[in-house]
Amino acid sequence: MSAVLDILSAVLLLVGTLFTLIGGTGLLRLPDVFTRLHGASITDTLGAGAILLGLALAAGWSLLMGKLLALLLIMALLSPSTAHALARAAIHGIRKPWLDEAQK
Amino acid sequence: MRKTITLLFILSGTWLLLSGHTSPLLLSLGLLSVTAVVACVSRLEVLDDEGVPVHLLPGLIRYVPWLIGQVIRSNLDVARRIVSPELPIHPSVVKVDATHHTEVGRVTYANSITLTPGTISLDVSAETIEVHALTEDAANDLMSGEMARRVQRAEGA
Repeated sequence: MSAVLDILSAVLLLVGTLFTLIGGTGLLRLPDVFTRLHGASITDTLGAGAILLGLALAAGWSLLMGKLLALLLIMALLSPSTAHALARAAIHGIRKPWLDEAQK
Repeated sequence: MRKTITLLFILSGTWLLLSGHTSPLLLSLGLLSVTAVVACVSRLEVLDDEGVPVHLLPGLIRYVPWLIGQVIRSNLDVARRIVSPELPIHPSVVKVDATHHTEVGRVTYANSITLTPGTISLDVSAETIEVHALTEDAANDLMSGEMARRVQRAEGA
């Protein structure tokens, strides 16, 4: 049973790392601040989510697991708020979103 | 009064979770600080539906699993686009209707939009939410109104 949990937790950690990496790649490859926020939200959701879940599984039934799950909840509430604050500041500032050729 | 007791329990639970202490001295100190916080909050008169929104819990329990599914689905889609060599993105700015939501519902809706990769809420007003979408699919998904309907159901419960 514990071997299954270990493997599951390792898989979740790997998946989380992979998606964090992809989110970072998105930050570098995407053209402007708005599209880059889409990349960053991958890191915030599946990246951080899978890593925290993997860590919670590795911690087992303990207070630590509760803390990690509480962190997951806080991340889910905070990351959209900060992303929205950034996007709103950008749109009310001088930034014009980079749009598709067809929609210009 | 119900809100006061609910907040007392939530804060005590949080205190226990974060501290992990069980000795009588620290427990009584924790209870003291929790009571002090609840006393301050009730004197500030913020112990209302907005400050302690427990009435939304039953609706949220049905909404959150669906949202997690959506988030994973769009994560995979956006991740695939980022790693693909051609970078197949078609950003657009669309407006979605938000007139049928309460204030809390609008916040939930806008936050859900932002939490889902591929869509970000840019500006929220009483009537509409302005959304930046990374792809046409993401914009169309949002315009279909499925998320709006589910948020409405969640806040109505």
